[in-house]
Amino acid sequence: MDIEAIRKDFPILDTKVYGKRLVYLDNGATTQKPTAVLEALDHYYKTYNSNVHRGVHLLSQQATDAFEAARTKVAAFINAKHTYEVIFTKGTTDGINLIASCFGRGFLKAGDSILISAMEHHSNIVPWQMICEEKGATVKVIPMNEDGVLQMDQLPALLDDTVKLVACTYVSNSLGTVNPVREIIKQAHSKGIPVLLDGAQAVQHIPVDVQELDVDFLVFSSHKLYGPTGVGILYGKEEWLNKLPPYQGGGDMIKTVTFAKTTYNDLPFKFEAGTPDMSGAVGLAAAIDYVTAIGLDNIQKEEQALLAYALEQLTAIEGLRLVGKSPERSGVISFLYKNTHPFDVGELLDKQGIAVRTGHHCCQPVMDFLGIPGTARASFAFYNTKEEVDILVAALKKAAAMLD
Amino acid sequence: MTIQEKQDEIIEEFELFSDWMDKYENIIQIGKELPMIEEQYKTEDHLIRGCQSRVWLHAEYKDGVINFTADSDAVITRGLISLVVKVLSGHTPKEIAGADLYFIDSIGLTSHLSPTRSNGLLSMVKQIKAYAIAFQVQEQK
Repeated sequence: MDIEAIRKDFPILDTKVYGKRLVYLDNGATTQKPTAVLEALDHYYKTYNSNVHRGVHLLSQQATDAFEAARTKVAAFINAKHTYEVIFTKGTTDGINLIASCFGRGFLKAGDSILISAMEHHSNIVPWQMICEEKGATVKVIPMNEDGVLQMDQLPALLDDTVKLVACTYVSNSLGTVNPVREIIKQAHSKGIPVLLDGAQAVQHIPVDVQELDVDFLVFSSHKLYGPTGVGILYGKEEWLNKLPPYQGGGDMIKTVTFAKTTYNDLPFKFEAGTPDMSGAVGLAAAIDYVTAIGLDNIQKEEQALLAYALEQLTAIEGLRLVGKSPERSGVISFLYKNTHPFDVGELLDKQGIAVRTGHHCCQPVMDFLGIPGTARASFAFYNTKEEVDILVAALKKAAAMLD
Repeated sequence: MTIQEKQDEIIEEFELFSDWMDKYENIIQIGKELPMIEEQYKTEDHLIRGCQSRVWLHAEYKDGVINFTADSDAVITRGLISLVVKVLSGHTPKEIAGADLYFIDSIGLTSHLSPTRSNGLLSMVKQIKAYAIAFQVQEQK
């Protein structure tokens, strides 16, 4: 892979911060966008911006075609059986809220439970707590060990008759752990329980095939996959999406409306009330084209090599503690320097031109479990280089000397 | 020294540093000089919750002036609050309540006062002003 050529596709990587070349290691929060995506957005607004699905005029047809072509592209990207199993959302959080609300209203009753994991992002905890509270159901948790690995031996006992759905992250945004999702899905399915996977930190790093995984619901965001912000994807198996009640009411999701009774539209429109993010969908399609042209397999290989190098280099820094030590990992490395506050480390890296994230990463239960206020987190994309890892290591050493 | 003179002194001191890392080195150093809050005051009551770091603040009103002691679990935040404490401690409630802390902007640390930054500095400045106003009211009674 020619990283230097790839870096030229991402104009922002040339940015200077505090007079230094930006080292962007906050890809877990959002990835940068290649020119191809920026041009697709520009082209959309300059040549065929129009509202979709309802228009008889040419531009509306063009916008509709592009929007639906984007859906087809997403379906192919995750190997969905049917294009109408792909729902456009605002993002991962929106997708989880949709399922929590619709599944909860349709299938949850008092005494039931939802099973999540100990390393979920707040967005895969709070929506379930909200609907469970409303229904008199509870949220149960698959525990993890100190290394940030799920205690799978406890799963069979946790999957009791009360569990109506398992919601679990594929890759942890705070620890980098890749969870054994195939095993989780297999065990849940053996008891007839559907599984929702949070793919926000997975689809940009690992080839995902929803049919091969046999997953019931998959959610992810465009902006972490080199696409624009504000748009995301919910994949659901046809049989499940048909069984769920609609989410929001409005235009596009209806067949007929009278004051007495409304009949709802078919998939996927049943879950897409209101004007969708047309340009976002078009941009996401361009991002998928870009990633697919390079090959997610190649991206994965490159990123794993970079991650291994970064882990090796960071471990060699005296006093640096890795937070999350799963042997199966992807994307992010969380760390702390001795007993210093992650905020200090983040601030001192920022002033050396390095963008990392600090804090609890929207995973307060993870931090509470580990007894830490948060971590500093470096998260990688395939456009990052070994030289950038070296810059991070040198900057960390400088920060460490100041904090000692 | 007046609040303004103290601020001008800090601005002058920071003019020596052209490099950000030197500036931060100085901030961390200043943090070490912060009058430490007594352990008995390091309680939930005295905690100002910032999103990223914790700050404890104690105010003592005596002989017409307020003296502050504080601490933080992050050293850069401790340096920043140390500067604020230095500037405002030993002044009357009226002076503190009306103080314009322009030095933060002048030494290039305005971003630390952004509400989304959540490092506790903004909340601490607000809390200090609240103490000053409360003591002012107490004085007038």
